[in-house]
Amino acid sequence: MITFEDVTKRYRDGTVAVDDLSMEVPTGAITVFVGPSGCGKTTSLRMINRMIDATSGRITLDGQDVREIDPATLRRGIGYVIQQAGLFPHRKIVDNVATVPYLLGWNKKKARARAMELLELVGLDPGLARRYPFQLSGGQQQRVGVARALAADPPVLLMDEPFSAVDPIVRASLQDELLRLQSELRKTIVFVTHDIDEAVKLGDTVAVLRVGGRLAQMAGPATLLTEPADDFVREFLGRDRGIRRLSFISAKEVRLSPAPSDLETDENGGPLGWRTADGLAAYGTFNPETDSLRVALDAALLSPNGTAVAVDEEGRVRGVAGRDAIDELLAEYAPPAAGPARGGASGSGGGSSSGAGDSEGAPA
Amino acid sequence: MNWLADFFGDAAHWSGPDGIPVRLLEHLEFSAAAFLVAALIAVPLGLLIGHTGRGALLVVVAANAARALPTLGLLVLVVLLAGVGTVLPVLIPLIVLAVPPILVNTYEGVRGVDADLRDAAYGMGLRGRQVLFQTLTPVALPLILLGLRLAAIQVVSTATVAAFVGLGGLGRFIIDGLATKTYADVIGGAVLVAALALAVQFAFVLLDRVVVSPGVRQVR
Amino acid sequence: MTEEPLVRWDWIARNWANGGPTAISALLENHVVMAFLPVLFGLVVALPLGLACVRWRWLYQPTVALMNVTYSLPSLVLFSIFLSITGLTRSTVVIPLTFFALAVLIPAVVDGLASVPDPVRQSAVAMGFRPVRRLLRVELPVAVPVVLAGLRVATVSSISLVSVGALIGQGGLGNLFIDGWQRQFYTPIVVGIVLIVVLAVLADGLLVLAQRLLTPWSRARRTA
Repeated sequence: MITFEDVTKRYRDGTVAVDDLSMEVPTGAITVFVGPSGCGKTTSLRMINRMIDATSGRITLDGQDVREIDPATLRRGIGYVIQQAGLFPHRKIVDNVATVPYLLGWNKKKARARAMELLELVGLDPGLARRYPFQLSGGQQQRVGVARALAADPPVLLMDEPFSAVDPIVRASLQDELLRLQSELRKTIVFVTHDIDEAVKLGDTVAVLRVGGRLAQMAGPATLLTEPADDFVREFLGRDRGIRRLSFISAKEVRLSPAPSDLETDENGGPLGWRTADGLAAYGTFNPETDSLRVALDAALLSPNGTAVAVDEEGRVRGVAGRDAIDELLAEYAPPAAGPARGGASGSGGGSSSGAGDSEGAPA
Repeated sequence: MNWLADFFGDAAHWSGPDGIPVRLLEHLEFSAAAFLVAALIAVPLGLLIGHTGRGALLVVVAANAARALPTLGLLVLVVLLAGVGTVLPVLIPLIVLAVPPILVNTYEGVRGVDADLRDAAYGMGLRGRQVLFQTLTPVALPLILLGLRLAAIQVVSTATVAAFVGLGGLGRFIIDGLATKTYADVIGGAVLVAALALAVQFAFVLLDRVVVSPGVRQVR
Repeated sequence: MTEEPLVRWDWIARNWANGGPTAISALLENHVVMAFLPVLFGLVVALPLGLACVRWRWLYQPTVALMNVTYSLPSLVLFSIFLSITGLTRSTVVIPLTFFALAVLIPAVVDGLASVPDPVRQSAVAMGFRPVRRLLRVELPVAVPVVLAGLRVATVSSISLVSVGALIGQGGLGNLFIDGWQRQFYTPIVVGIVLIVVLAVLADGLLVLAQRLLTPWSRARRTA
């Protein structure tokens, strides 16, 4: 576990980057530091591996003050991923990944074997191992960056806006990849981003920081969306909080009905479309085992009859859920009635989110 | 062209203490000595200043001074002050003029390394010296080599002029030829020096191919 | 020789303007002309050539290669080679120095034009600038700092290199070095070095000033 105890960072020119920060970063989970530029999120991250030293207060790693550990030794035990990947241009990919093992004195063969293992783990073709960084795309370089950070199997991973320089599609796939990796590896990850959607998607815990380096709120993403601590957090979270919160509710409990006869299926039981007078109409599907309520609602809205098609892993129809079934679950997960009134207009206003407003509305 | 035939066709130019082989060897010897000393001073200094960021002013002053200082004047003054007759004083201006290009380019090379890369190197747990030698130096290598190449050419060139103050080498053909108005010797000597300069240039192109990582060469 | 001071002021006073061709002031004048003509010629040639290299990219590589080769030749070598064509005249120094200036200025012009940000060029096109007007009103002004940086290098080098011409009897202040050497006399040598360095610093300062005046929108850029 990483703890911050009254940590302050003040630069020589007097600017305060981090102001009296205290928090606990849980082990084996992803904690995201998010906030606008100038909120001290990167500084906070860099104080953990002593790229920056705190002015006052202390940071401990498994109970030991990091200031008592030699910086280079400390850093070799902590994975570090930065924005442009920061790969060494003069080294082949395999040697880039093996950087820390080499530093730790592993022999070349063992270090390279480990590097190859990691390339595969992060979903890269082993054929890329002999290439140089400039021969890889931005997304591939970023994967190499993650592999390099994981090379010596450190328990802690620091990621400083690692995905912000790649295009949205690549970013989404890198995020999914990270979540998949984390489900296997269970590292303690501190992840810095300015993108609240990324924070909510990746974080088990999200720490929202405000300009001047003060912690505004630290909570799980669902709680954050439902119960922002103040106007700053609410505004930072942006619109559609109600809808976005549905991403954290499993669709498993949606009541399914048998598929009606007007749903056409193929020979494998996969959906083809809704039979109408004008031919087959569009449909939407969700997998109750793996998808969220948000996906289920989306699937319902995509069908002309407001009915979502539930499918299993192979894509076979398992049943359908009408809007009434989805609404039952929405009601169940309505936020607590207590707390300050902050109805439909969520900060920046959300005229389009009236449906979500219903589930959240209940004024105090 | 007649002059060239006169010069290279003369058997006397191919043997003895005034012959082309001896003069070429002399030229190479002085140049190599001055170049090595300059490199041994300037490369470590450039790396150090680039890495620590301290002493950058020295680099700027050296760069400008080297360009403005007249070679011939410096040679004549140093040799007069030190006394004519030995080789050592002549080497001093050669070294002095070869240091700045190496110093400046080494410094710029190290300084110019992407800040993210430096950050990543420290973040991986490399120590200061490892960052310098395992990351900054290999990435700055093309510029360091450029500095070395400019210095080598500078040395070959200055060594030619240094024939005027009594140094041996290929410059002798030019200087003596001018004094005796034997233009065949002037032209012949000039062609030899030109060939040497081009050979040095070419040698550095080859060196670049061998020692610079393909990953770095492509980026530039 | 041991009592000989580095500088004899009375010698300087007597020889500053003695009316003859070896007066220091005459050599200085000569030096300035021989140093600036190559830069001027170089600029006049480098601008169209640089533009051509930008327009027809295939020209650039061979041009730069040729300039690199030229630049690697010692000045004395080029003087010697031109001696057989132009004899013991100023041209024997000015022509080779023009080549040296070109070797610096052509890449500077090309890099300068390449330094024009693409959005700037695109928006000029989009606003309806025709090529010639775009070049004169948009691209060249933006390229000025880089070209001037090259001009500074070329000018300072040229001022210093002229003195080597003294070996073929055309060296401006460089003749003082020969004179001092032959008479084992420090003063002319020191005077020559000091004047050349002062000239170089002065010319460099003027070019920095010119850049400030020509490009008020850019803070003076760092050039080594």
